[in-house]
Amino acid sequence: MTAFLGPFLRHRLFWPVVILVGLLLLNLVFTDNFFHVEMKDDHLYGSLIDIFRFGAPLILVSLGMTLVIATSGIDLSVGSVVAISGALACLQISDLGNQNSVGGVLSAVGVALLLSLVLGAWNGLLVAGVGIQPIIATLILMVAGRGLAQLITQGQIITINSSPYKLIGGGYWLTVPFGIIIVIAVLALTAFLTRRLALGLLIESVGGNAEASRLAGIGSRAVIITVYTFCALCAGIAGLMISSNVSSADGNNAGLWIELDAILAVVIGGTPLSGGRFSLGGTVLGALIIQTLTTTIYSIGVPPQTTLLFKALVVTIVCLLQSPAFRAKVFHRRRRPAGAPPVAEEKVRVSA
Amino acid sequence: MLKRFSALVLAGVTAFAMAGCGSGSGGSGGSGDGKIVMGFSQVGAESGWRTANTKSVQESAKAAGIDLKFSDAQQKQENQIKAIRSYIQQKVDVIAFSPVVESGWDTVLQEAKSAKIPVILTDRAVDSKDTSLYRTFLGSDFIEEGKKAGQWLVDQYKDSKDPVNIVQLEGTTGSAPANDRKTGFQQVISADPKFKIIASQSGNFTRAEGKQVMEAFLKSNPKIDVLYSHNDDMALGAIEAIEGAGKVPGKDIKIISVDAVHDGMQALADGKINYIVECSPLLGPQLMDLAKKVVKGEQVPARVVTQETTFTQDQAKQALPSRKY
Repeated sequence: MTAFLGPFLRHRLFWPVVILVGLLLLNLVFTDNFFHVEMKDDHLYGSLIDIFRFGAPLILVSLGMTLVIATSGIDLSVGSVVAISGALACLQISDLGNQNSVGGVLSAVGVALLLSLVLGAWNGLLVAGVGIQPIIATLILMVAGRGLAQLITQGQIITINSSPYKLIGGGYWLTVPFGIIIVIAVLALTAFLTRRLALGLLIESVGGNAEASRLAGIGSRAVIITVYTFCALCAGIAGLMISSNVSSADGNNAGLWIELDAILAVVIGGTPLSGGRFSLGGTVLGALIIQTLTTTIYSIGVPPQTTLLFKALVVTIVCLLQSPAFRAKVFHRRRRPAGAPPVAEEKVRVSA
Repeated sequence: MLKRFSALVLAGVTAFAMAGCGSGSGGSGGSGDGKIVMGFSQVGAESGWRTANTKSVQESAKAAGIDLKFSDAQQKQENQIKAIRSYIQQKVDVIAFSPVVESGWDTVLQEAKSAKIPVILTDRAVDSKDTSLYRTFLGSDFIEEGKKAGQWLVDQYKDSKDPVNIVQLEGTTGSAPANDRKTGFQQVISADPKFKIIASQSGNFTRAEGKQVMEAFLKSNPKIDVLYSHNDDMALGAIEAIEGAGKVPGKDIKIISVDAVHDGMQALADGKINYIVECSPLLGPQLMDLAKKVVKGEQVPARVVTQETTFTQDQAKQALPSRKY
């Protein structure tokens, strides 16, 4: 039995998968029809679809965050970038004569994403060019960015009524929520760039030791600026999705605290905050766990006062299960004595 | 964009100028010319509601012939304390402010009291034990708002014997409006056991979370008759969720909301919301009346409730063109 399960047990994503399945089983017991997916008005409809749909922005932000953390950095400004991008796109669309014109919406989206790229490059320059600690460098934009978003919206909630824009975060394409398609596209592109090309290796190398990488001839500075720019682009797309989903831009609340959820998703997915190693699949799983947890709370009716406690409890369990030292202590007796201790395995393993 | 930028610059210059006169002319604020001088410190400009609140105070000060010194605290208590201290230095006749947070005001309010400047709280309360630190608190009664919402529901279903399944979108957990709107509503509907709140979750007063919570409600509860939302924004998010589920908001699921912001009123006029209890930001005229009385030394009640109304769909259609926010 153990011999058969061994490879699975040792796989890095084994425990996140266990948690996700556990959460889903909890719903199977407490919520009727949780796994029921049906067609409604030509699109898929059900709780599982909701998890993907509402989880899409978090997955995107977490993907960007994964690469930043892999360079042993961190980006606190993603929540503000989410707010700015959504606010700018909605402001432009609200100024359009015909809000349903595809060209106008595309240019609004383009300008919003362009600004996101600029903001990301700014973060990257502060970190790589000026040498400010990432947590401080991005804290600047985290605080100032929210102000910028409020300046764009003038402190109001901008409501729009544009069907092309609605597609991004709230629409469907071939019965599938469009947001999921965007996530799959970004994920595929990221996986290709980092795993098929050398970029992933360069990122891990910079995260492992930036100075040694530089001496080995890797342009650490360019790599760092690239990942921060990519991270802000992901946040920008997420911002479009979030504002499009409710057809309005809220400079105050859009993407509030999403940076913390994203960091949590990355960590649950098995990417260490110290950098040098990352797992895209793990991050997606981590983000799905967080969204499933949120949906579970709403579905099984955890009282609002205890919501945070319930979340904290689940996250604590996830983190404990993720800790090799904890697992070694608790599950020690069940393992074959000859089995390699997981601690050593985690350190040696290079990401697939 | 340029307009906004210049507005920002202007705001900066004004703040500078205000700081300038704060240090200089102590006598300018006196009541020598008979004109009352009021120092007002606003929370910030975080929502449409707040912006309307600011406008109301500024316009009614002008109308009442009161010289208003206005400052925006940008959500920060230290800014607000600074502003109040500068008003004390300028010897204004009365200070009014909407506290950013509930606690930590005793020292600065004591300073105002020592300088014999009366203080009026607007919209939000402070938790000071010593109520002599301020004259009165002008603001909405959130429990009353919840009761009004519940009363409408009771009236709507008074002829029906069937159970009524209610879902509730609560505001930010622990905030006064969320707690009180829930309590008031509960008090009224609990008299009749046919009203059942089958699910209640926090949507944090935002559209995005309102929509997400409503999606989950719709999936886990097959039969929902009524949605009670603690503000319009969550109701607007929920409307999208209800439409996405192939149901008609306002008909299949009746919606009661609180606030009456513009988008909410529009949805009410469009028949997507059934009833809105107003939580009015337009407390300027009442504030100016109170200020005049306080300066004259007249007695004022320790708690003044904002004049507020409720809106049905027809009333919304009539009121919408003249709404200020």
